Amino acid sequence: MIRLVPRAEASAAWQFATPLLAVLATMLTGGLLFAVMGYDPVAAIRTIFWDPLFGMASSYSRPQLLVKAAPLILIASGLAIGFRAGIWNIGAEGQYIIGGITGAAVALAAYPSEGMWIFPAMVIAGAMGGWAWGMIPALLRNWFGASEILVSLMLVYVAERVAAWMAFGPMKNPEGFGFPGSRNLQQYPAAANPELIAGTGAHWGVVAAAAAVLVTWFLMSRHIRGFHIRAAGLAPRAARFAGVRPGTLVAFCLGLSGAFAGMAGLFEVAGPAGQITDSFGSGYGFTAIIVAFLGRLNPVGILLAGLLLALTYIGGELAQLTLQLPAATVQVFQGMLLFFLLGFDLLTRFRIARRITA
Amino acid sequence: MIDPLSVFLLLLAAATPILFAALGELIVERAGVLNLGVEGMMITGALAGFAAAHATGSPIIGFVAAAIAGAATAMIFAALTQFLLANQVASGLALTLFGLGLAALFGKPLEGIKAPPMTPGPFRVNWIVWLGLLMVPVVWWFLNRTRPGLILRGVGENHDAAHALGYSVRGVRIAAIGFGGAMAGIGGAFISIATVLQWTEGMTAGAGWIALAIVVFSNWSAPGVLAGAWLFGGVTVLQLRLQAAGVDVPVQLLSMAPYLATIFVLVLISARQKYSRRAGGTAPGSLGQNFHALR
Repeated sequence: MIRLVPRAEASAAWQFATPLLAVLATMLTGGLLFAVMGYDPVAAIRTIFWDPLFGMASSYSRPQLLVKAAPLILIASGLAIGFRAGIWNIGAEGQYIIGGITGAAVALAAYPSEGMWIFPAMVIAGAMGGWAWGMIPALLRNWFGASEILVSLMLVYVAERVAAWMAFGPMKNPEGFGFPGSRNLQQYPAAANPELIAGTGAHWGVVAAAAAVLVTWFLMSRHIRGFHIRAAGLAPRAARFAGVRPGTLVAFCLGLSGAFAGMAGLFEVAGPAGQITDSFGSGYGFTAIIVAFLGRLNPVGILLAGLLLALTYIGGELAQLTLQLPAATVQVFQGMLLFFLLGFDLLTRFRIARRITA
Repeated sequence: MIDPLSVFLLLLAAATPILFAALGELIVERAGVLNLGVEGMMITGALAGFAAAHATGSPIIGFVAAAIAGAATAMIFAALTQFLLANQVASGLALTLFGLGLAALFGKPLEGIKAPPMTPGPFRVNWIVWLGLLMVPVVWWFLNRTRPGLILRGVGENHDAAHALGYSVRGVRIAAIGFGGAMAGIGGAFISIATVLQWTEGMTAGAGWIALAIVVFSNWSAPGVLAGAWLFGGVTVLQLRLQAAGVDVPVQLLSMAPYLATIFVLVLISARQKYSRRAGGTAPGSLGQNFHALR
């Protein structure tokens, strides 16, 4: 028989190895799933993980990598900080939607005037919108002890309905021939978030995602607030004795991750999405949770994990076109990835030993 | 005009999916496990139940299949948290994301098909509604008046003590997780087979999360779960009535009501638990903590 012996300290080697193992296991199980569904497993896996980068259509799909990875990395960077402290913001999707709406609101209010101030003002408004939406669960937890998990998640459904209301009501394009949805911001130069360098897919959101990685790295490893966050996550009681105020931490983590998600929403509405519609929420907020875990809640890890998950999005779209694979395949893949990661994580915290029989 | 009895019967039906899922989660949480995958298990049950009912023409077989499918997906969570000692919050989230994806994947061919008809029970109300109501006293009786119920509560309250007394913490918890999955599955299937009468992607629309909130609201008791589910059912029916009456409020804003109401009651009850003299409220002592026996 075998038994599990807890490690005194998490194994560094396994911390690196488990995400890779999880990706490998997901590919194998995914291949099995495809075979069961009647698709060629090798072709399907190659289409999802290889072709977007090096295949025939890679000149189109490679720029898409940054477009999809930017919101994931930006949101996950914020979430990871809270997760480290044991503060579970799982409503980033809602903060993303609200950030998109408040950001777009500035643009729509300024339309059609031109000015250098419009886009920066939108970014600030997007961040503030996401921050405010994130502060709701934070304050309800601090004042009343309500679970931030449930409140932030409920607010996703509320935000989705706010977006639908905006698309059909206050933000509806007056020149849209009665169709729901706001004006398209891509056609409004002062508010648009275009590709900065042609052919790379890099827009301002990519710049913000890169900045978020740097800022969170600095915060977590060089700043006293980061130390407090890590302490609160590892030993909440000890952290309190050391002067860490849990309420402040809750507000900080939910506010910051909300602001990041809100900014991601703004860059999306001003760029790739272009307008507020009733289906503006696209699931980035939920996928970012997987990105945060796959990246081991570490800024650099999140950068890599965000690129990988972006690859599954693009590969999934490609497989939909070439192999008629259903769109939901990617979602199943992402769920499986998180399962395997959580499962293999056992190896970082425990050592497997043979049971000694007396 | 509005007939109070018919409104009450509508409320009963609206509350049923949440009631099943929340009663299941109540048992899970009383065993000390926090499974945030309720939404994922519900949607899996909604799909499996609908598929089985459509294939066999029998809604009853559909509900049985939904219970099995819900329990089967719950076993993934059980394996992760009970054997691989993974974080319960993250594992539950993974189960929800995975379940939503899996159901969307396998549900595509079933879109647009109508569910087979069900013979209504007393008061022209679905039998499953009555079964749900019956489950309230059954769960209460099990938890408070039986020995296995006592052991289950013991495991949830203090798993180290239960282990020291020789009870299998892992075994009790796996059984509870399986029961929670089966109940969530039935709740989901009620939406697809008996309410909407067809399969659509993401049709549970947060019902699983509302069920989780209602367990907190209930103060971890079966009658409390019933009260919470009825409150939710009432808000839903009221909201639909207002929509039908053509009130001058956008539909999208009215349809927020169930979620806002859930947040509201969650805040109310959390505040009461926080400021009551009994510190920590009545949440099970070991809720959300993994158990690893060194010996």
